[in-house]
Amino acid sequence: MTEDLVLRVVAKLLIPFIAMFAAYVQFHGDFGPGGGFQAGVIAAAAVIFFTLIFGLQRTRELVPDWIVETMVAAGVLLYASVGLAGIVLGGNYLDYFVLGATSVDGQHRGIFWVEIGVAVTVCGVMLKVFYMFVARRLEE
Amino acid sequence: MAIAVVALARSRNLLAVVVLAGIYSFLMGAVLVALDAVDVAMTEASVGAGISTVLLLCALALCRSDEAKPSQHPFAPLCVAVTTGAVLVYGTLGLPAFSDPQAPIHTHVAPRYLEEVPREIDIPNVVTAVLASYRGYDTLGETTVVFTAGVGVVALLRRRSLRRGDRK
Repeated sequence: MTEDLVLRVVAKLLIPFIAMFAAYVQFHGDFGPGGGFQAGVIAAAAVIFFTLIFGLQRTRELVPDWIVETMVAAGVLLYASVGLAGIVLGGNYLDYFVLGATSVDGQHRGIFWVEIGVAVTVCGVMLKVFYMFVARRLEE
Repeated sequence: MAIAVVALARSRNLLAVVVLAGIYSFLMGAVLVALDAVDVAMTEASVGAGISTVLLLCALALCRSDEAKPSQHPFAPLCVAVTTGAVLVYGTLGLPAFSDPQAPIHTHVAPRYLEEVPREIDIPNVVTAVLASYRGYDTLGETTVVFTAGVGVVALLRRRSLRRGDRK
């Protein structure tokens, strides 16, 4: 945690844009470079930046541990359940063609949810690992 | 990049090593952009230069930041490293020439992906289409690997703090 006014102001200015960029990379991944993995890492980077400036205590109030731990598992589950949805709707596992009205629609929908699953897990894991490292330092 | 690597190998201060590794990752990202692999470059810049640098700095904060003097001469590790490097360079001699359109990788499934993606999936970024749809199982596996790695770290570090709690 730092009391430096310049750092705090710059962080407050930058963090919304980093979060915005993560969302852009996530949802624009179909059209340009990017996707779930990169977006998850960038979103985690925004929170880590916040932690470096404002300290772990305030970050944990903002993004509590249970949310991070839920994210770690929820992403994989979301991905796997997209696959199961394919079976339920009469296709094969991870078959997106059946998810929408037309097969192209289904592909779009499948890829969208799968990428969100990847982003959620990656972001959760990065944050959890970072939290554990920082928390150990605070203990000692 | 070569300068960064030499400085990396010679430096004894681990803080400098971490920063140099970050610089190396950024340069690697630039090389990947030059090779038109923008998706990989983005991952390299955000993971290699960003997150892993922060995590290594966190780890350094837990221990001393000066590398201990090696207990024996580093000749044996040097030999292993040089031999491995030589074998890898020898291996590249068997690869097709750079940007050769007749290389096997360009004649196998890549043309099919490039031709079919606009019709089957209709997404401009073919990399996303291949990763999320054609190779959906691979990406599910990768996500599971990330999940497992995270759970592993949690299990290791949390058990330690619990045990310490018992001792108190």
